[in-house]
Amino acid sequence: MTSPAPVPANVPASPLPMSAVAADENGSPITPVNVPRTGAPANPTAAVLASRFGVAVLRTEVIWGETTVFVTREALHDIVRFLHDEPSERYDYLVDVTAVEYRDGDRPLEVVWHLRALGHRRFLRLKVELPKRGALWVPSVIDIYSGADWLERECYDMFGIRFEGHPDLRRLLMWEQYKEGHPLRKDFPLRGRFSRSEQLKQALAADPEARYSMEELNIAEAFHSLPADMKQRLAERAAHGELEEGE
Amino acid sequence: MGLTSGTDSRLVQVDHSAQDGWVTTRLDFLVNWARAGSLWPMPFGTACCAIEFMATAASRYDLSRFGMERLSYSPRQADVLLCAGRVPLKLAPVLRRIYQQMPQPKWVISMGACASTGGMFDNYAVVQGIDTIIPVDVYVPGCPPRPEALIHGIMMLQKKVMQERLKDSTRHVEIDPDPASQLYIPPSRIDELSEPFGNSVHQTRSTP
Repeated sequence: MTSPAPVPANVPASPLPMSAVAADENGSPITPVNVPRTGAPANPTAAVLASRFGVAVLRTEVIWGETTVFVTREALHDIVRFLHDEPSERYDYLVDVTAVEYRDGDRPLEVVWHLRALGHRRFLRLKVELPKRGALWVPSVIDIYSGADWLERECYDMFGIRFEGHPDLRRLLMWEQYKEGHPLRKDFPLRGRFSRSEQLKQALAADPEARYSMEELNIAEAFHSLPADMKQRLAERAAHGELEEGE
Repeated sequence: MGLTSGTDSRLVQVDHSAQDGWVTTRLDFLVNWARAGSLWPMPFGTACCAIEFMATAASRYDLSRFGMERLSYSPRQADVLLCAGRVPLKLAPVLRRIYQQMPQPKWVISMGACASTGGMFDNYAVVQGIDTIIPVDVYVPGCPPRPEALIHGIMMLQKKVMQERLKDSTRHVEIDPDPASQLYIPPSRIDELSEPFGNSVHQTRSTP
């Protein structure tokens, strides 16, 4: 038999309000059960966004208890900035940036941002719809979340959606000279556009060391770009002679 | 694989009466015997086949019975390139360069369905068999192969090594691509791609 782990009495009070989360008598969150497909209560952030950004918030959906807010791409950057900075929201974790293309050719592409507020225990999904005939671009949120770097690069690689403002928008999964297009688009054939021999020829002609050199992998030369606290820890360990070889 | 047991006994004569312990045999048999008994593998594991390879190398199946317990993570000290798992097209030049950095004589085992044929990944991203990039000596089928299957493949490779003849000049000759083509890499460039380390600093392709 397992019993719930006892909660230590000296747990410091959380700096963030937990009022929005259902909790048991110990303050531990309760996982919601029997959530209906539609009609579950929306994330309170959705109402805040609708009142603050007005027409830029197009509509809100709640599916299986998860809230999706459709916004315009012009307002997206301000909205994410608000969600990240506002003390009552504080979405501090960008879980994923991805895109969806539907088989129905008339449906627009959707770019999806998954945001999580760890303190408030909230989850919010933002979507921007991009008509296929228009220019495929959305603003980059890399100045708000550094972790958006590779997420946006992958999304650009796979769907061809440009993230305006990204400082280094290169392909991530396919090699940089890849010429066949963007593989997760619906019009991309599963086996690619070129013949097998042509694909192999182009792949073998790629130079993997052009960017990933030994110097790039050497942490000693990357020292200046490390966060300050990590630099300090490494410097302390170096002073005591505790560093492994190569560190 | 003792020198004087089984079918080998026809090739090896031991003079028990001589105090110095004379053994007479054919030179290529002796060379092949030494090579086949100490094939150092370079594991190139990219997927679940590598997990089965780890199981094969670990104590229950014990690769050291075949003289292969010394996994060589430097291609310069390896005899067998053991490609375990699917190879994406982006990794194709990397695999090719690892093969080029290995010194002769060298052999390749293609482990599993994906490395041999592309397997179920008949798509834009995966190489349809590593024999389109590098020559392969033994294909091990399975998804992934059990350790017994890999050991069977290793024993097949050992038999193949034992059948080589030193006179055969076509064996272990590597034909470089046409220097005018995109596929050609100068030997000096291949050398500088991987920084020499350990006791392999003098083992380079451009200066044998």
